[in-house]
Amino acid sequence: MSKVLVIAEHAGGRLNTSTAKSVKAATTLAGAEIVVAVFSTPGSPVAALAAKLGGVTRVIEVTHAANEHALAATLAPQVAEIATGFSHVFAPSTTFGKDLMPRVAALLDAPQISDIMAIESATRFRRPIYAGNAIITVEVAAGTVIIGTIRTASFEAVADSGSAPVESRSASAALPAHTRFVGLASAGSDRPDLQSATRVISGGRALASSDAFKIIYSLADKIGAAVGASRAAVDAGYVPSDMQVGQTGKIIAPELYIAIGISGAIQHLTGIKDARTIVAINKDSEAPIFEVADIGIVGDLFTIVPELEKLIDASRK
Amino acid sequence: METAAGSRKILVAIKRVVDANVRIRVKPDGSGVVLDGVKLSINPFDSIAIEEALRIKESGRADEVVIATIGPADCQATLRNALAMGAQRALHVVADAALEPLSVARVFLKLIEREQPFLVILGKQAIDDDNNQTGQMLAALWNRPQATFASKLELGDKTVKVTREVDAGLETLEVDLPAVITTDLRLNEPRFVKLPEIMKAKTKPLASIPLAELGVGGTPRVKTIKTEPPPGRQRGIMVKDANELFTELSKRGLV
Repeated sequence: MSKVLVIAEHAGGRLNTSTAKSVKAATTLAGAEIVVAVFSTPGSPVAALAAKLGGVTRVIEVTHAANEHALAATLAPQVAEIATGFSHVFAPSTTFGKDLMPRVAALLDAPQISDIMAIESATRFRRPIYAGNAIITVEVAAGTVIIGTIRTASFEAVADSGSAPVESRSASAALPAHTRFVGLASAGSDRPDLQSATRVISGGRALASSDAFKIIYSLADKIGAAVGASRAAVDAGYVPSDMQVGQTGKIIAPELYIAIGISGAIQHLTGIKDARTIVAINKDSEAPIFEVADIGIVGDLFTIVPELEKLIDASRK
Repeated sequence: METAAGSRKILVAIKRVVDANVRIRVKPDGSGVVLDGVKLSINPFDSIAIEEALRIKESGRADEVVIATIGPADCQATLRNALAMGAQRALHVVADAALEPLSVARVFLKLIEREQPFLVILGKQAIDDDNNQTGQMLAALWNRPQATFASKLELGDKTVKVTREVDAGLETLEVDLPAVITTDLRLNEPRFVKLPEIMKAKTKPLASIPLAELGVGGTPRVKTIKTEPPPGRQRGIMVKDANELFTELSKRGLV
């Protein structure tokens, strides 16, 4: 039987949705026992939050002052220490999991399967390669623990329906002092988080300035959407890099995705192809974004976007 | 291989991949992607790694940039391109079959033991298998710090301050040297190679090392059993103005 250890991603005393999605992936393994590991500082509320995740059998809480920031070099020996006896160790394929898990795999001399999008059996997984332009099915040889990062856009979050017991441990692994957290510069907006939002509106190069993003923010706030951007808009300096949607930015799966002034480079499409409904607004009728859009409109975004916002306003009066 | 005492070396590990501009096609029998006759280039993230190493050397904070790759005999052309960018020396670990990331990391660890670099820079991922594993694995095996997805480096004498592109924004870490850095897109813009540099690169030292000499082997543990094209999306509808768009969105319960 499979025993899956899921490494929780959290920050600021809150569990990242990516954790509930990774638990969901683990539940697709028939008959799996699912244990969530929370590495935190003493007094953190996160383990209690993890205990509520549906399908979780047990939570292991490892507290240490060094766990204030999620540093791969500090966390990896702690994960390796508690991984004994598990058949799989999963984490979300966010920058947290991507940074941490290969380090864990090397410590455990285990193979890693990155960006798991489907689990076919305890040893068989599907994952994208070539920026999502091909999907491979891989089989892992028996006799090894399997490290996996979970492509969060492929799994829905489990509900907060559980009440698993929490077992507290202290880390005994020697933790390195060679890596130190200096700071985090975050755009820190009040808008929904890009990766968990059900609606996302992104702007591209055609916005042509940082100031022009105002019309995107305004529409987004009207419908409670998160705001993203294409790589071109980020590279041009219109918005910060944490807003980038695409293969090299965030891979998202909202109910509604509105691409405004985005031509639709392959690397951008890779990041949005799991969106339920894609709307494209672009002045170039030949733009590749229209090939994946459910609803397309060719025209000037500076006219269409404010008009759409007015229509939404009017419908609510 | 001789190492001058006190020489500050940067090792850059690169991979040859299908060029980023090639449109990938999956073979009809599901056995892989079509590789015959497609253009091969240095992995774009690795070009960024080379560029960063060269800039450090050009600013006088490193003495030598050494490029390493693993692959079949014709990977030498890829190494010559890296030398043409300005690196001093190349190491070619000759291996015909592809290695798993953990084996790749073990090979590079052997090269680290020979070369004793103060900094190792790699691309954050190769754009063919998109694994994003090797740099982190190498740092773990070497028991040294890692700073992945770097968008800015500030090199000190014994430490390096690295700005990282993470989901929450830009994180800054300070790590002790030696360390492993993996590059993200915005770290720099790699230079274009000039013709005279290509000529000069032909005479730069390039050592071939048989994989067997490094004692890294073992049978692969992950086997690809099927390759498929991604599921396509159905082509949608076009609307002509904001009114029609609003009507369509309302109809679907999206606004």
